[in-house]
Amino acid sequence: MFEKALEGSKRYWTWLIILAAISGIGTLYYLKQFQFGLGLTGLSRDVSWGLYIGQFTFLVGVAASAVMVVLPYYLHNYKVFGRITILGEFLAIPSVIMCMLFIFVDMGQPTRILNVLLHPTPRSVLFWDSVVLGGYLFLNLLVGWTVLHAEKKEIAPPKWIKPFIYLSIIWAPSIHTVTAFIYAGLPGRHFWLTAIMAARFLASAFSSGPALLIILAMIIRRYTKFDPGKEAIQALGKIVTYFMLTNVFFMCLELFTAFYSGIPGHQHPFKYLFTGLEGHGRLVPLMWTSAILAIFSLILLLNPATRKNERTLAVASAAVFISLWIEKGFGLIIGGFVPNPFEKVFEYWPTAPETIITIGVWATGFLILTILYKIATTVKQEVGESAHH
Amino acid sequence: MKMNRRDFLKLTGTGTILGLAGLGLFERVTEEAIAAQFSKDAKALNAKRWAMIVDLRKFKTEEDYRRIINACHSVHNVPDFGNPKDEIKWLWTDTYEHSFPGQEHEFMPEWLEKKPIPLLCNHCANPPCVRVCPVKATFKSPDGITQQDYHRCIGCRFCMAACPYGARSFNWRDPRPFIKKTNNEFPTRTKGVVEKCNFCTERLAKGLKPACVEESNGALIFGDLMDPDSEVRQVLRKDFTIRRKAELGTQPSVFYIIGGSENV
Repeated sequence: MFEKALEGSKRYWTWLIILAAISGIGTLYYLKQFQFGLGLTGLSRDVSWGLYIGQFTFLVGVAASAVMVVLPYYLHNYKVFGRITILGEFLAIPSVIMCMLFIFVDMGQPTRILNVLLHPTPRSVLFWDSVVLGGYLFLNLLVGWTVLHAEKKEIAPPKWIKPFIYLSIIWAPSIHTVTAFIYAGLPGRHFWLTAIMAARFLASAFSSGPALLIILAMIIRRYTKFDPGKEAIQALGKIVTYFMLTNVFFMCLELFTAFYSGIPGHQHPFKYLFTGLEGHGRLVPLMWTSAILAIFSLILLLNPATRKNERTLAVASAAVFISLWIEKGFGLIIGGFVPNPFEKVFEYWPTAPETIITIGVWATGFLILTILYKIATTVKQEVGESAHH
Repeated sequence: MKMNRRDFLKLTGTGTILGLAGLGLFERVTEEAIAAQFSKDAKALNAKRWAMIVDLRKFKTEEDYRRIINACHSVHNVPDFGNPKDEIKWLWTDTYEHSFPGQEHEFMPEWLEKKPIPLLCNHCANPPCVRVCPVKATFKSPDGITQQDYHRCIGCRFCMAACPYGARSFNWRDPRPFIKKTNNEFPTRTKGVVEKCNFCTERLAKGLKPACVEESNGALIFGDLMDPDSEVRQVLRKDFTIRRKAELGTQPSVFYIIGGSENV
């Protein structure tokens, strides 16, 4: 099937070359970071995780969201999603790969990465995260490829794949739950020490992921001969609506507990993020952008007219994606570190090399996504054509 | 010379047996030699759980703080980058408000507001940093010290997020050019690894108390928390002490005597 990725229009190749070039620039800057150390980033003793770990956290959600199309199709026989399950699975693959790359570029001693396997430590959440991420990558590769291959041959998928499909459905929430446990189990970080962290992670995953899928489905319909289907996009729109609503609700629960309890330590990160603390408020504009986009997206999503209109649905989906990217990909991590364990404010902002490396990883992810989607859409389109004849 | 098969087998067999025997003997001898090299010094100080008491009443001048910090940082090759972003520190000071957040109040005596508090790794009995490390690069040794293996650390910094005391520093860049005077008795670190106070485990092994304790003129008391007759236990029986963020269940092994008006 891979041969489908090797033939394409001029636009396809130009797009791949652009992504490869950005990825290459990112790699060069990474080599510089490898040589100099993580001091090349804006990270410090006080804010020791930043943009990289934020991207990792956000992308675990995007990866997990594949279950939102796989589950209705396989467990509820929701046929409409039959056309897009492969898009969900093939989105999960580059997402997990980006997660792994972001962890890798964040490591101080990347050459020692195999220590995680040489000295497996089950008491560490990071150990389990590597297990669930690796497993999820494998499951999506296996299921996506096998089912698509069967479709190409115009035969039913082999029976042995079914258990793997069901396993992938259970596995998806596990990757984001374990990722939430990285944060929610640390005693000294008020912003993270919350029992609903995993629930929040899942809510934002199941809204941001399908939101991206809506946009990708629309792009595919426009630039390929494969149509994921209006009905599928509308169903995704409803999923995004419910989970975005849940997401905002969970955020309000956090605010209630922090502010009604009156415990200063629980309030400080929220104050730092949304109003600034002790004269420091670098993230304030960004966090308000996230909050306003969340409200704006909900207005568009909750109103049936604007949700059913694909143009406004696309705008709402972009708003959801950007809002949650800011919230999970940035604010959540920084809020855990500011103020620091001494209740002092020491701020963080990513440097230019750090940003370029981040963009490079995203470009690598989109490069893989493009290739996988090219294969999937070509197969789907060819099968569709032969069915017509 | 021509050799028949029988002779060949005989010779090879004998050779192999001799070789293996020799190898076994060699291994045993070297093992013993290595063991002897790493066996405990007879003078080594031993404990079930090392602990420290910081007696603030005995810190009078700036010099009292400077002396203990310099002793620690020079013996352990702690670099000085001169900026807070790259900063590495094993032993340092902060105000009461920042050392014991939530314990401060607006009617505190002025001396306490201003008094620097020495801070270091608490060598917790229930350390979150050890719990989260994915490669066991940070671990508890049998004497209660929270150790850091610079050669195994992968630099993921999970431990820094987990430590509620801000006791851990990361080598954001090569520290070696920023070490004023290298002490060849202690390893320097490489970029990309985490480090922190080690309760002078290398000095204890030689029968010496921690460098800061030695320089503190009795303001830092060090001993075995599990030994009822140790000096730390005697002081704990006598004086009121507090620990940083003990409510988190980390069971810190560093205690503080804040004292009262004698600090004025």
